[in-house]
Amino acid sequence: MKNIFITISRKVRSTRFGAFLYKEFLHILRDRRTLIILFGIPLAQLLLFGYALTNEVKNIKVAIADYSHDEMTKQLIQQINASSYFKITEIAHSPSEYNELLRSGRVKEIIVFEPNFSKNYVANGKANIQLLADASEPNTSQLIINYTNAIISSYSQSLSVLKNNPASINIKTRMLYNENMKESYNFVPGLFAMILMLISAMMTAITITREKETGTMEILLASPLKPLQIILGKVTPYFCLSIINAIVILVVGTQVFGVPVKGSLVLLMFEILLYIFLALSLGIMISSLVSSQMSAMAMSGFGLMMPTILLSGFIFPVKNMPIALQILSNVIPPRWFIEINRSIMLKGGTLDILWYQTLILMSLAALFLFISFKKFKIRLE
Amino acid sequence: MDKAIVVKDMVKKFGDFVANDHLNFEVEQGEIFGFLGANGAGKTTAIRILCGLSKPTSGKLTVAGYDIYKETEQIKKHIGYMSQKFSLYEDLTINENIRFYGSIYGIPIKERKERTRNMLNRLELTEYANERIGSLPLGWKQKLAFSIAILHRPKIVFLDEPTGGVDPVTRRQFWNLIYEAAEKGITVFVTTHYMDEAEYCNRVSIMSEGKIVDLDTPQKLKEKYNVQNMDEVFLRIARGEN
Amino acid sequence: MIRIQDITKSYGKTQALKGVSLDVKKGELFGLIGPDGAGKTTLMRILMSLLLPDSGQATMNSYDVVKEYKKIRMQTGYMPGRFSLYQDLTVEENLEFFATVFGTSISENYDLIKDIYVQIEPFKKRRAGKLSGGMKQKLALSCAMIHKPEILILDDPTTGVDAVSRKEFWEMLMRLKAQGITILVSTPYMDEATLCDRIALIEKGNIFGVNTPQQLMENFPEDLWSVKTASSLYQTAKKLQNLPRLISVNSFGQCLHVVLLKGKVTKADIITFLEQQGETNIEIEQIQANIEDVFILTTEKKTNPVSL
Repeated sequence: MKNIFITISRKVRSTRFGAFLYKEFLHILRDRRTLIILFGIPLAQLLLFGYALTNEVKNIKVAIADYSHDEMTKQLIQQINASSYFKITEIAHSPSEYNELLRSGRVKEIIVFEPNFSKNYVANGKANIQLLADASEPNTSQLIINYTNAIISSYSQSLSVLKNNPASINIKTRMLYNENMKESYNFVPGLFAMILMLISAMMTAITITREKETGTMEILLASPLKPLQIILGKVTPYFCLSIINAIVILVVGTQVFGVPVKGSLVLLMFEILLYIFLALSLGIMISSLVSSQMSAMAMSGFGLMMPTILLSGFIFPVKNMPIALQILSNVIPPRWFIEINRSIMLKGGTLDILWYQTLILMSLAALFLFISFKKFKIRLE
Repeated sequence: MDKAIVVKDMVKKFGDFVANDHLNFEVEQGEIFGFLGANGAGKTTAIRILCGLSKPTSGKLTVAGYDIYKETEQIKKHIGYMSQKFSLYEDLTINENIRFYGSIYGIPIKERKERTRNMLNRLELTEYANERIGSLPLGWKQKLAFSIAILHRPKIVFLDEPTGGVDPVTRRQFWNLIYEAAEKGITVFVTTHYMDEAEYCNRVSIMSEGKIVDLDTPQKLKEKYNVQNMDEVFLRIARGEN
Repeated sequence: MIRIQDITKSYGKTQALKGVSLDVKKGELFGLIGPDGAGKTTLMRILMSLLLPDSGQATMNSYDVVKEYKKIRMQTGYMPGRFSLYQDLTVEENLEFFATVFGTSISENYDLIKDIYVQIEPFKKRRAGKLSGGMKQKLALSCAMIHKPEILILDDPTTGVDAVSRKEFWEMLMRLKAQGITILVSTPYMDEATLCDRIALIEKGNIFGVNTPQQLMENFPEDLWSVKTASSLYQTAKKLQNLPRLISVNSFGQCLHVVLLKGKVTKADIITFLEQQGETNIEIEQIQANIEDVFILTTEKKTNPVSL
């Protein structure tokens, strides 16, 4: 088995392109520090963002407004209070109190039971709960809502199983102070966009400009290697690294932080590959425009990272931006990728909804690739 | 007066590798001292130590009368340094470079202006004072870099392959500048791969594999090895060791 | 083998090459002698089709450097001025990489590089960045040779390399030449010129004096004297600047080379002059010019600074 592997690797390495690939992997493996950064940064960011969130969601203070006071609401309130996530600290008696409770920060969420809750449940097969949350901290409030939802629906499920009753509890959510909560982020899709951009674009740009700087590009150009081979040889290792990174983020995101993948995993992987491809072509484009590692770093750092973080909807919802920035965000690839990602992961989006965004990503990738091939020089000037 | 440089039993190790193996030599004030050796013989290591950029593993050293272990700051004030690779900022003009170096060495502004005028006159570069360094020919750059390296009137100036790739005429003009500096009492410590330049030094040391194999005037070295020129002396020593 | 016709090349305002023409014959070891910034690198890059000339034509092995660059790249070995190998790869990995890129293998052409490679083979597991200057040059030459090129283009291969390694490097070039390879090599070291079959002097984008080194030295148009006295070269040179009919005084190692108008000044004249200036122990003889003398005389005609 080992011998077969060695024979294959020899075969591959004896081709022009294979030799180039092999050399690239050696560069990457020998540069330990960069390697650590490549895999360390994504994990660190993931854990940082993740724990910043989960730390908040312990003993969250909530208020209860119970206009029914029946057996069912009592049971539900008990279950909510029993969970480690919530602590009922206030009781509201009329809607006029809600605003003050949330605004003062005394509670993060108000759970409102309609009058005649269990009566409605039994008679109409439907009872209503309203959740009011402070959405000025969108990530936390989204989590609080999710947890409350989970508790209520598990209660409702246990009821329906127990009594063989098809009735349901209907939850209405209202976000206060940030009504566009559905646009605000869940960190995993945003991190995806950022990390893949960092590794794919920045590293590609740096590795190509490094050859320019050390003068080895001169030798490569003077050799029978074709420009396409040089570019592909440079890009392929980072394509692999990015895929590995994407898988790590996905696994940690879903397993550790419980981010769902409601849509098709195949579609998600396809979109991730498309995005990586796009980021790589951006990296190639940058490297064809600049000649030093420093400027490649600056250009991908400021030119790519800042828009990725600020304009993509990762941190600030696109809809809340000034019109000018909203228009600008249209040409920022991560914006579309984050939209796609969120839709697939959180809403179970399919290609017939997402074809538009996907098409945009494809055209951008094609555009960048076109520019880089036009700009890539077979000579030194 | 004290010696410009005193090196006693200097050893520098990197792990198991001995880069400088018990070096012993002294350089007189105002002397032009040639520091020769094959690539990898340990010259760069020794120069770094003498300039206070790295510490020896052991040995006793004084540069310009200052102790290499305790008085590095004083040493840096009293030496000048120039190398083939790094000399001046290519994207700054001649004047801007001079102003920069003048201020890091704390030359008073009036004094700096005076010295700059004399220097540019001497180099016949006055009309180029506002040209960027990058646009000048290599030979000019090197002469200018040397003049700037001694602008603060250091006691010793270290020159690391200052004339590599420079045309023969400019190379000789460069050595003129070295002689002028030496006449003013500045000690010149120079490395070179041009063996004819070794002849211009007062004394020459030749290093091989971390040791100083020989040290004397060019004349005495040629007599000792019974050869016509320094090129052959160098070949004898470097080959003999291999 | 290499034919260069009236090539010009400018970068912005600076004219790097001002109409250069040159022919290099098959199997020749041809030297391009001149300081940094003379235009050597530009010319070599044009030959390697890494740069396009502004005007003029060049062919290598009768292939046009602009249109047929792909063929040229297969048949030519090129060593750029800077050390351009992968510092983080080992000696062996570098060589293997370049062999494969050119569609060959180390074992296939081992005979060709054997002489050079055996000297660095003991270090084949060492990273290229950790080699000494001389060894780097040997590795770079091995890499440039590994595909058995018909032409070798070497841009300042001996810059920054010590005298011993330089000598060894030229010995290797001689052996490659014996195998019928055409070599175009540039160098700022004038003393290396005599090792070439023919040379061209290059300065400020102009080529002059294309000839054998021997002929160039014999054709030195003026009288040349070697002078040595009891006082320092610097002092003597200063005094000699007042000697009538003097063209230039230059130091050459332990003596001065004094260039005087041909046939105008005798040995006795110079001795008398020096004695009047108070010099003693005067050693003087008429000598043949070396390449550096030729170079200085030719370039000084324009600038004419009298220097040490």
